[in-house]
Amino acid sequence: MSTTGSISFAVPRSAPRRDPPAREAGVLLWLRKNLFSSVYNSALTLLALWALFVTIPDFVAWAFVDAVWQTDDPAACRAAAGACWAVVAEKHRVMLFGTFPYDEHWRAVAVIAVVIAMAIVSVFKRFWSYWLFVAWLGATGIVLLLLLGGLFGLTPTGTHQWGGLPLTLLMFVGTVVGGMPLAIMLALGRRSSLPAIKAICIGFIEIVRGVPLITVLFMASLMFPLFMPEGLTIDKFLRAQIGMILFFAAYAAEIVRGGLQAIPRGQYEAADAIGLGYWQKTGRIVLPQALRIVLPALMNDIIRAFKNTTFVSIIGLFDVLGATATALEDPLWVLYALEAYVFIFVLYFVFCYAMSKYSERVERDLSKGRNL
Amino acid sequence: MIEQISHAPRRQAPAKRPPLSLSGLWHSLAVRSWAYQIAVVAAVIGMAVYMVGNAQDAMERRGIATGFGFLGEEAGFDIGESLIAFNSENSFLRAYGVAVLNTLKVSVFSILFATLIGVVLGIARLSSNVLVAKLSAAYVEIFRNTPQLVQIIFWYTLITQLPAPKQAFSLFDAVFLTNRGLILPWPEADPVYLWTALALVCACGAAVLLLRWADRLRRRTGRRVRVVWWNLGLILAAPLLVWSLGGAPTAVSIPYLKGFNFTGGLAVSPEFLALLLGLSLYIAAFIAEIVRSGIQSVGKGQIEASRSICLRPSDTYRKVILPQALRVIVPPTAAQYVSLVKNSSLGVAIGYPELFNVNNTIVTLSGHTTEAIAMMMAIYLSISFSIAVVMNLYNRAVQIKER
Repeated sequence: MSTTGSISFAVPRSAPRRDPPAREAGVLLWLRKNLFSSVYNSALTLLALWALFVTIPDFVAWAFVDAVWQTDDPAACRAAAGACWAVVAEKHRVMLFGTFPYDEHWRAVAVIAVVIAMAIVSVFKRFWSYWLFVAWLGATGIVLLLLLGGLFGLTPTGTHQWGGLPLTLLMFVGTVVGGMPLAIMLALGRRSSLPAIKAICIGFIEIVRGVPLITVLFMASLMFPLFMPEGLTIDKFLRAQIGMILFFAAYAAEIVRGGLQAIPRGQYEAADAIGLGYWQKTGRIVLPQALRIVLPALMNDIIRAFKNTTFVSIIGLFDVLGATATALEDPLWVLYALEAYVFIFVLYFVFCYAMSKYSERVERDLSKGRNL
Repeated sequence: MIEQISHAPRRQAPAKRPPLSLSGLWHSLAVRSWAYQIAVVAAVIGMAVYMVGNAQDAMERRGIATGFGFLGEEAGFDIGESLIAFNSENSFLRAYGVAVLNTLKVSVFSILFATLIGVVLGIARLSSNVLVAKLSAAYVEIFRNTPQLVQIIFWYTLITQLPAPKQAFSLFDAVFLTNRGLILPWPEADPVYLWTALALVCACGAAVLLLRWADRLRRRTGRRVRVVWWNLGLILAAPLLVWSLGGAPTAVSIPYLKGFNFTGGLAVSPEFLALLLGLSLYIAAFIAEIVRSGIQSVGKGQIEASRSICLRPSDTYRKVILPQALRVIVPPTAAQYVSLVKNSSLGVAIGYPELFNVNNTIVTLSGHTTEAIAMMMAIYLSISFSIAVVMNLYNRAVQIKER
């Protein structure tokens, strides 16, 4: 400033501050600009306000003012005009942990803690490496140990006793951890120059993507035992897990393929030029770049995998949704099913919303050209 | 030229053939790729043969007959709602027909609603009106970030907790919303309506031809003919004419309470209603996002350019923004439609008789697990592929036409 000051003829003195005209600033302007900028916009605003006015007070009265928060007597709920959140207070153990033995619920809580802690660690870019995948494998091992028991003095609990949030989370983690390598293999196979491998990968991807997930799960739970040799039975949970993995892999493969296509040819050629083999080229040059590009799209699929874990309740596993349905079989509380479903609606929303916000941030970083 | 300059002896070095060895073979690219492929194909075929063999053993042990002969047998079960007549004496094949029609029925209505709501929300999200934009954003976040199955079950629970027919919510004493579903007044069946619908289709066809003719005329001679009003008139007048020629039937069946339930009118079952809401409101959130990003993908310069050549705002929207946005919007929307049709299989959770649900019953009753599942898979695959083909055609129509 000092150097320019000597050259400039202008007197460095600021004009006295004046307040902006009343119509050009403040709340009124904001209202005019954002809500009442034209006749049409004013009409829209009034319409939206009217809709909110009609619904919000009634909803607040139902959900909060007249609601019953805690009682072990359903009759108290029947007397009240509002929601009966007491059903959640009464049944939350069944809804969150299913038929897992009551005394072992601390293990279920530990499972939830491990998965959430791993998810938080995965958010930070400094931890991104192939080791993170290994860490997830390790976490899956700990979760399995906690859920199965039988070692270190833990009471053994069979998969038929699993349920609630731990089952949902394990199914989700298992789907992504098991599905990602398969997805990458399928995507590489689809871009392979070997026609037979390419055909098999295309066939698998297109067929699985062409049918509903529930039919894949149905096949896994009904047809799989038929295809196995006699005497060999595979656990019901594992069968559902395999179905979920196959479905997730087929969708994720298409996204990974998009990333592979987006890597410039020069990268492949440079890797060839310095004499890297196929796997070195893929693992060290192509995949790290491709996976970063497609991360937002991949996050969408991962969120969908989380939402899709509810499908296993249809084939008789007790995930959060299935456990809630079981909890509501109690004739005393069945009238308040709506409140119970609102509760798990919010529960699922918290998980998915967190993931989708994260994915939005990654997308913003990518579009700004920042290195991930 | 070169031969004169170059003094190098023009003699090719004899190709040195490496001695034939196993490791040499393994380093030949062709041999290796063949080896990989043969290994993978052999593994896949081997596994398939092994698994099918196991399945055949298992079925023989249990004495299950194979083959699609069972399709002609008597079904022996009833289906709650169907578009074609069906009772328990009809065949399994007809049950499949009913199921597919039910799946298509709920899918078509859901796609219509989802598109309508999604487009409105997508545009609303870009509105300069903050309240409208925020409300739309909140809708999208809530419905996109919760499982569709939970939503469907939530709607079903909500509908079953509505008051009984005697205390039904009513609109003008004609439309009733109860725990038995939605009951609407409906015109009484008359063949004239079929002809009216036909006339409407023909009028739409004629309108398209007229538009094309006007377009060709404008391109050839530069003369503009406004056919909008002609077209609107045609589309309105033709069905009206047919309808009045057919005696103008006006009989409408209005539902009324009789005993514990409603008679007359058109009853929409709670299952259909819940599935319709669950499918369309969920997919609408995704379509809203697609529409928003499609419109945002049109460059600002395009809009400024169209203003600078004095296009009206409506024309800017119709002729500049929309054609370019559609190119971005159509492919992902097609994927959402396919996803919607596939997820109609969630109707099984609330007892709507769609394909997956009916197929479950057929598996249980006929015992032909493999054939029934193969049948269901084939039907779903062909529906998915048909939508993909239709949307690809439409996509080709909206893509940039280069000379």
